[in-house]
Amino acid sequence: MLGWGQHLTSPLSFPPLGFRRWLCSAAAAPRVCVVGSGPAGFYTAQHILKHHGGAQVDIYEKLPVPFGLVRFGVAPDHPEVKNVINTFTQTARSGRCSYYGNVTVGRDAMVAELQQAYHAVVLSYGAEDNRVLGIPGENLSGVYSARAFVGWYNGLPENRDLNPDLSCETALILGHGNVALDIARILLSPLQLLRKTDITDGSLAALACSKVKHVWLVGRRGPLQVAFTIKELREMINLPGARPVLSPADFTGLEDAVKDAPRPRKRLTELMIKTALEKPVETACPREWGLKFQRSPQEVLPTADGRQARGIRMALTRLEGSGDSAKAVPTGDMEELECGLVVSSIGYRSLPLDPAVPFDTQRGVIPNSSGRVKGVPGLYCSGWVKRGPTGVIITTMNDSFDTAQSVLEDLQGGVLDVSTSREGFGAMESILRSRGVRPVSFSDWEKIDAAEVARGKAAGKPREKIVDLQEMLRIIGH
Amino acid sequence: MAALGPVRLLRAAASSSRRWLFCASPITGAWPGCSSAAAAVRAARPFSLSARAVLSSEDKITVHFINRDGDKLTAKGKPGDSLLDVVVNNNLDIDGFGACEGTLACSTCHLIFEDHIFEKLDAITDEEMDMLDLAYGLTETSRLGCQICLKKSMDNMTVRVPEAVADVRQSVDMSKNS
Repeated sequence: MLGWGQHLTSPLSFPPLGFRRWLCSAAAAPRVCVVGSGPAGFYTAQHILKHHGGAQVDIYEKLPVPFGLVRFGVAPDHPEVKNVINTFTQTARSGRCSYYGNVTVGRDAMVAELQQAYHAVVLSYGAEDNRVLGIPGENLSGVYSARAFVGWYNGLPENRDLNPDLSCETALILGHGNVALDIARILLSPLQLLRKTDITDGSLAALACSKVKHVWLVGRRGPLQVAFTIKELREMINLPGARPVLSPADFTGLEDAVKDAPRPRKRLTELMIKTALEKPVETACPREWGLKFQRSPQEVLPTADGRQARGIRMALTRLEGSGDSAKAVPTGDMEELECGLVVSSIGYRSLPLDPAVPFDTQRGVIPNSSGRVKGVPGLYCSGWVKRGPTGVIITTMNDSFDTAQSVLEDLQGGVLDVSTSREGFGAMESILRSRGVRPVSFSDWEKIDAAEVARGKAAGKPREKIVDLQEMLRIIGH
Repeated sequence: MAALGPVRLLRAAASSSRRWLFCASPITGAWPGCSSAAAAVRAARPFSLSARAVLSSEDKITVHFINRDGDKLTAKGKPGDSLLDVVVNNNLDIDGFGACEGTLACSTCHLIFEDHIFEKLDAITDEEMDMLDLAYGLTETSRLGCQICLKKSMDNMTVRVPEAVADVRQSVDMSKNS
């Protein structure tokens, strides 16, 4: 779904100030490396290229295909959000930007080697892991992480064989974030809506056989602590064929409580209250979903044979404190709920990349100041690995511009020594070759892209994603 | 109302960038925005260059944008154009503007209006309000540029691009899981 804008100005067009500054500095062309090709990587690259007319930016990506969570995280029925790909594509096609997919930094190329090859290295590799519940039964069949479930319906190669069991009627999603709502919506959406999206063929077939009719989203805290945003909630409320089930008792007195809250929290809460109080329309709704509050999962209960999830035991909680900092404290009461599918959507988690990079395991981020990695000059970070796995696209955009600004300032202020030239990919190429790694270029990706679009066309979809890494590489003759 | 809590301004106001156009999704259907006439103009855009050429300059509406760095950018658009159209068609250099290309899926085309103009704008939809909730530097006269279509009465108006926010943790934190 490319916009008409393809022929319009590039996001990098006309950088008069940066270019002039660069000419005056009479130094070698700064070579910047970005690790990760999701929104953080691309927005960082875009901003550096735009404001420094001489910089060359190389983007490395673990997978052959670019765009990270825009491709593998954004829900298939949210194609509008994926429009940012058009801008990223403009950036990648710029003469001063190169894309090297199929290169795993930390394995195929070490950060120390990149630091030798480039004046600056920006880590934008995101959050590839998820937080775990840490409760008995978490590994039973029928229990999935949201990360894997989303990866499955979005065609992430590592999750292609997840094959989730959708043969039960009740699914329970742990978490009150946008990812939890995405999964609920995918589970309950009418097939004819999903069929027109770029959801993978395999997951569409599985959803077609799904018996799931009830989806509960469970949170440890209350309605004032939900993390999802109003657009996603409204979309869920308006989902055809699915009825929202919110208990009015959960919202007692909340209208007053949010009277002076910031506008987003106020409007979000008011929408929940309105939905809870609305008289249910007396039309047959085959499917329903709801929010359950103040319940903390204690154990996933196994079937008699001990292999499959059959339900979940939850501790009821009360809240201590208020607002974002409210804590859920068990009351001692327990509740059990029958469900054959449990998806834990309690957050993504970044992993350390390489021993050369400091990492705050507590917070799951690289310690940094405005994107400058603490204690390692010339090393930067942006996106989720910089600030934690939260926020929407504009959050990552601003955050990446902020890091890019730090790089630009350090180039300008002489913090980064650009008096000696660096070889950039020229230096990495031989290292990668010696390790048997063949990078995928952006024009290679465009061949994969064209193949996907062609396959999708036959089925009336924007694309049919290729979910097999070897098949991707075959298409480009690797 | 409308205060989004403490915000820290982006260290260096930077200017840049592009952005393209509306690209109505067949899945989500039509979103509220400019009038249907404008939508028709939009749909016909690839073929409407000659029609646009015959518009005399008096038919055009002048808009001044105060960019993040304080620079004033002045551009013209025709009635029915959205403010995102104006930015794109004139290659105005506003960083990150219109990331979702006018599909009401982001808030990067957030603009702040003069009181007397704001009061006369068409009513705001829930969907636009929803996205504005995620905008940085929200004010009482904030709207999304992709939803505001030019009228003759807007000639010579001035709109302000809000400052971006560097420290996202200080914005309303609705993203933590419960």
